Amino acid sequence: MSNLKVSITVNGERKEAEIEPRMLLVHFIREVAGLTGTHVGCDTTNCGACTVLLDGRAVKSCTVLAAQANGKKVTTIEGLSKGENKLHPVQKAFVDKHGLQCGFCTSGMIMTSFWLLNKKRKLSEEEIREAISGNLCRCTGYESIVDSIQEAERRMDESEEYIEEEIPARRGR
Amino acid sequence: MMPPAFEYMAPTDVDEAIDLLNRYGDDAKILAGGQSLLPLLKSRITSIPYLISLSEVKDISYITDGKNSLKIGAMTLDADLEYSPTVRKNFPILSDALGQLADPLVRNMGTVGGNLSHGDPSNDLPSVMLALDATFKIRGKSGEREVHSRDFYMDTFVTALEHGEILTEISVPYWPAASGGAYVKFRKGTWNFSVAGVAVQLQLDNEIVKKAGIAITSMGPTALKASEAENYLKGKKLTAENVRHAAELVVAASQPSSDSYGSVEYKKEILRRISVQAIKKAQTRAEVK
Ligand SMILES: Cc1cc2nc3c(=O)[nH]c(=O)nc-3n(C[C@H](O)[C@H](O)[C@H](O)COP(=O)(O)OP(=O)(O)OC[C@H]3O[C@@H](n4cnc5c(N)ncnc54)[C@H](O)[C@@H]3O)c2cc1C
Ligand code: FES
Ligand code: FES
Repeated sequence: MSNLKVSITVNGERKEAEIEPRMLLVHFIREVAGLTGTHVGCDTTNCGACTVLLDGRAVKSCTVLAAQANGKKVTTIEGLSKGENKLHPVQKAFVDKHGLQCGFCTSGMIMTSFWLLNKKRKLSEEEIREAISGNLCRCTGYESIVDSIQEAERRMDESEEYIEEEIPARRGR
Repeated sequence: MMPPAFEYMAPTDVDEAIDLLNRYGDDAKILAGGQSLLPLLKSRITSIPYLISLSEVKDISYITDGKNSLKIGAMTLDADLEYSPTVRKNFPILSDALGQLADPLVRNMGTVGGNLSHGDPSNDLPSVMLALDATFKIRGKSGEREVHSRDFYMDTFVTALEHGEILTEISVPYWPAASGGAYVKFRKGTWNFSVAGVAVQLQLDNEIVKKAGIAITSMGPTALKASEAENYLKGKKLTAENVRHAAELVVAASQPSSDSYGSVEYKKEILRRISVQAIKKAQTRAEVK
């Protein structure tokens, strides 16, 4: 099978590579672009841990071919924060409202929330729950995730400013 | 999970895609949003040596108001149709179905044409198109043809699409004033697909049904049109008794099989109940307009 040349803009940076046509977008992001914040949970299009934005829309990157993203823009969780420790209001709200426990679903949850809040405001709780219905969380029971999204909405209504957060360096291995 | 290896081609117009389909014969298949095809490939239920992607084809993703019908390009995303103001206003039956189809992330990638071409009896859009009397524009090597939705669904994963043909456009006729529709879907647990779904579109004239379109999801080898129920309602008032009888005729049109979703009897009971709900909801919407 012949390889394909693709060019995908990931978080504003153009990544070019020669790939096997069957390479999934999530593998392009993790292995070619080296960004491991996007997770593979189920690998069967059910959990949403792999959620990224493709030309501004939240999609499951385990069910998109990298080839389908050729020439398009991808935003991952790494693309939300500014630099090392300036968090986007959605990220900060998840920290403050305990929107995560183990964190496995979190990057996907945040990407879906980010897409949602950029599309619509004044969300009812029902709309929020419907919007995250493609993202599964095994830890939180969703209550604190809904709280986080509501908090993020309030903060984004006030200002879109990034918030400085001291992120402790990871210790050990 | 890696799909089995394939060659990937992304032509920029429909005719080129048709040429490629014809060149590679049975070894080739169209890739639209991939939300049905990629899971099948990843789990290795199928393998396809040549994938012809429509993602780079221009002018095949649109929603336009025609004179007598709404025209939907086959590569229109489910999400774009869901949020379209003209769909919300004129076809609440479609908004009902799209809002419950898979999840918002799948709808951001899946296409209307893919949902209709796949021929999965559990897909939600086929029965809605049957109820609305939609027609499909199909293009192949020898030109273009129109197929009515009622002649499109033949068997599970088998449609009127011949090999080498592409569905390019869906045409949904505008129903006259005093029309309304609803789609009711019954799911079990968190699984997206329905145990049963029913689409009902009604046109009323002073409380009398002038025309009815009714079709069902997940209740047989394909989406099924409930023609007897449609004919029965014509010329009648929607009294409780008539609605109950129509629902009975919808159940009579179903061909469910017993599986992990439930027994035949259970599924028929579900369908009976959601048919009554859908007819009443369609009636309310037809009266409001
Ligand atoms: C987790 C999950 C849940 C889902 N739940 C639902 C649900 O509740 N209801 C529902 O209706 N669907 C559901 N789906 C299916 C989803 O809607 C698919 O997007 C849809 O069935 C196929 O659309 P696609 O654009 O992704 O097509 P693809 O997967 O790309 O293609 C599907 C098939 O159609 C053919 N095809 C596609 N476009 C054309 C064309 N224009 N002309 C000719 N042939 C074509 C392809 O060759 C292929 O055989 C779900 C999917 C997932 C992953
Ligand atoms: S890893 Fe993509 S949906 Fe679960
Ligand atoms: S925080 Fe553990 S899965 Fe959501």
